[in-house]
Amino acid sequence: MSAPEPTAAPTGVAVRVRGACRVFRSAGEADVVAVDGVDLSIAAGEFVAILGPSGCGKSTLLRMIAGLEPLDAGDLGFGAGGGAPKNALAYVFQDAHLLPWRDVLANVALPLELQGRASGERRDAALRAIAAVGLADAAQRHPAQLSGGMRMRVSLARALVTEPRLLLLDEPFAALDEITRQDLDDQLRALWAATGMTVLFVTHSIAEAAFLAERAVVLTRRPARVVLEHALDLPAQRDAALRGDARFAREMSVLYEALRRGNGKAA
Amino acid sequence: MKPRFVETFVPPAATFLLTTAAAEFGIRAAGVSPLLLPTPSAVARAALQHAPTLLPALAMTAQAVAIGLALSIALGLLVAIALSTSRWVERAFYPYAIFFQIVPIVAIAPLLVIWFGYGMRAVVAAAFIVSVFPVIANSLAGLLSVDPALRDLFRLYGASGFARLWKLSLPWALPNVLTGLRIAAGLAVIGAIVGEFVGGGGLGVVVLEAMRQQRTDLVFAAVLHAAALGLALFAAVNATSHFALRRWHTQETEP
Repeated sequence: MSAPEPTAAPTGVAVRVRGACRVFRSAGEADVVAVDGVDLSIAAGEFVAILGPSGCGKSTLLRMIAGLEPLDAGDLGFGAGGGAPKNALAYVFQDAHLLPWRDVLANVALPLELQGRASGERRDAALRAIAAVGLADAAQRHPAQLSGGMRMRVSLARALVTEPRLLLLDEPFAALDEITRQDLDDQLRALWAATGMTVLFVTHSIAEAAFLAERAVVLTRRPARVVLEHALDLPAQRDAALRGDARFAREMSVLYEALRRGNGKAA
Repeated sequence: MKPRFVETFVPPAATFLLTTAAAEFGIRAAGVSPLLLPTPSAVARAALQHAPTLLPALAMTAQAVAIGLALSIALGLLVAIALSTSRWVERAFYPYAIFFQIVPIVAIAPLLVIWFGYGMRAVVAAAFIVSVFPVIANSLAGLLSVDPALRDLFRLYGASGFARLWKLSLPWALPNVLTGLRIAAGLAVIGAIVGEFVGGGGLGVVVLEAMRQQRTDLVFAAVLHAAALGLALFAAVNATSHFALRRWHTQETEP
C-alpha cells in the first residue's frame, strides 16, 4: 500500500505557545494553577498529540489555544502573522454536544450558519462533511436516534464543515468503546492526511497518542508542564496491524516512561 | 396504535364510571340531603338544564384565562430572558418576581377591581398574576442551564447575541418553558375564578349565585365546567410538548 502523505500544500496553520500560564481563582479557595509555563511549537500541517494524566490541565491548554480561555501569562501566536486566524479554527469537545432539536444536517451546518454563509453553500458543505465521516445515510436523523459513535462523528463533521486550518480535539473519543474509538482514530488520520490541516489532539491514552500523531507532547500532573516532546518514529500509513508492531510497542513505552516521570511527586 | 389507545383511555374511564356509580348509589342509600351533596345524576340534570347559562359563562372564563395565560407566556418569557442576561440583573430583580408567587390572589382581587373596574380586565389581571411566576421561574432555570460547551461553540464561531438567544438558549429552555406553562395553565383557571368572584362574570358568578340560591347541584356543575377547562388547557400544553419535543427523546437505535 502506498502511503498518502500529507504532501498537499499544507493548508494548516502553525501554532506557537510561549510561557503559557493559567490560574483559576475562586473566592474562599486556594488558587489552582492549571497550566504553568508551557512552551509549544507546532508546525503547519502537523498532527500533535498532547498526552497527560486526567485533570492535568491539558484541556485548559487547548482551550487557551482556541481562545476560549485567557492566558494569565505568556503569549500565543499563529502562522507567520501571529494573530488568531479568523474562522480557521475548529474545536471538538469531549462529548458530541449536538443540538437535540436539529437533525444531523442542520447540526453540521450550524457553524456556517453562525458565520452568516448562504444557505445553499451551507447545505452543500454540510453534506460533504457528513459524507466524509461516513454518515451520508443519517443526514435527516436527530441526535437522539444515533449511537454514541455516530454522534461523535456528527460532532467531527461539524468541526470539519468550515474547512478549518487548525483542528483542536479534547479527548473526543474517550467515552466510546474500543472498536468505535479505533474506527474514529483511523478516520481522523485519513481526514488529516487528505486535508493537510494542523491537528492538536488532547488525550490521556498512550496508545491513541502513539497511533494518531506525528509527535507527542507529554505533560506533567497539574500544573501542566512539558516533560517530553517526542517525534514518533512510525510509518505514515497506519492500520490496525501497527498496534501489534514492535516499533509501536517501543514508542508506547517511551511515552509511558515520560508520563510516569511527569506523574511523580515534586515535578 | 389501537392497544395504546385502549391502555390510555380504558383504565381512567373505568375509574370514572365506578366512582360515579358508587357516589350515586352511596348518596341515595345514605339519604344525604341534596343541599349538602347532590347525586351525580342531579348534577348532570342541573348541567343540562342550565346549559344556556353555563356554556356562555364557561366561554367567558375561558377567554379571560386564555388572555391571562398568553400575557403570562409573553411577559414571563421576556422577564426570564432579561433576568438571564446577567447575574446582577437576576440578583436585583428575581426576589421581586417571587412577589407574584406569594401574593394571596384572594386578598389582592378587590384591588384589581379598583384598578381595572368590574369585568373582564380585572379577571384577566387575576389570571395573569397567579400564572406568571411559574413561567418566569421555569424559563429562567432553562435559560441558565444551557450546555457550557455549546456556549463555547457559539462563541467560537462568532455568533451574535441574537443568534445565541434564538438558536441556542430559547430552544434549549423549551422543555422548561413548557413545564412552567403546564403549571401556569391550572393556576390561571384558579386566578380567573377568584377574579370573577370579585370582578364579576363567567363561572365564578354562576357559582356565587347558585350558592345564594342554595342550588348545590348547580355549584357542582359550574365547578366541573371550570375543572374541564383546566383539564383541556393541561391537555393542550401536553400535546404541544409532545409535538415540540418528539425529536428530542426518541430511543437510540443502537447502543
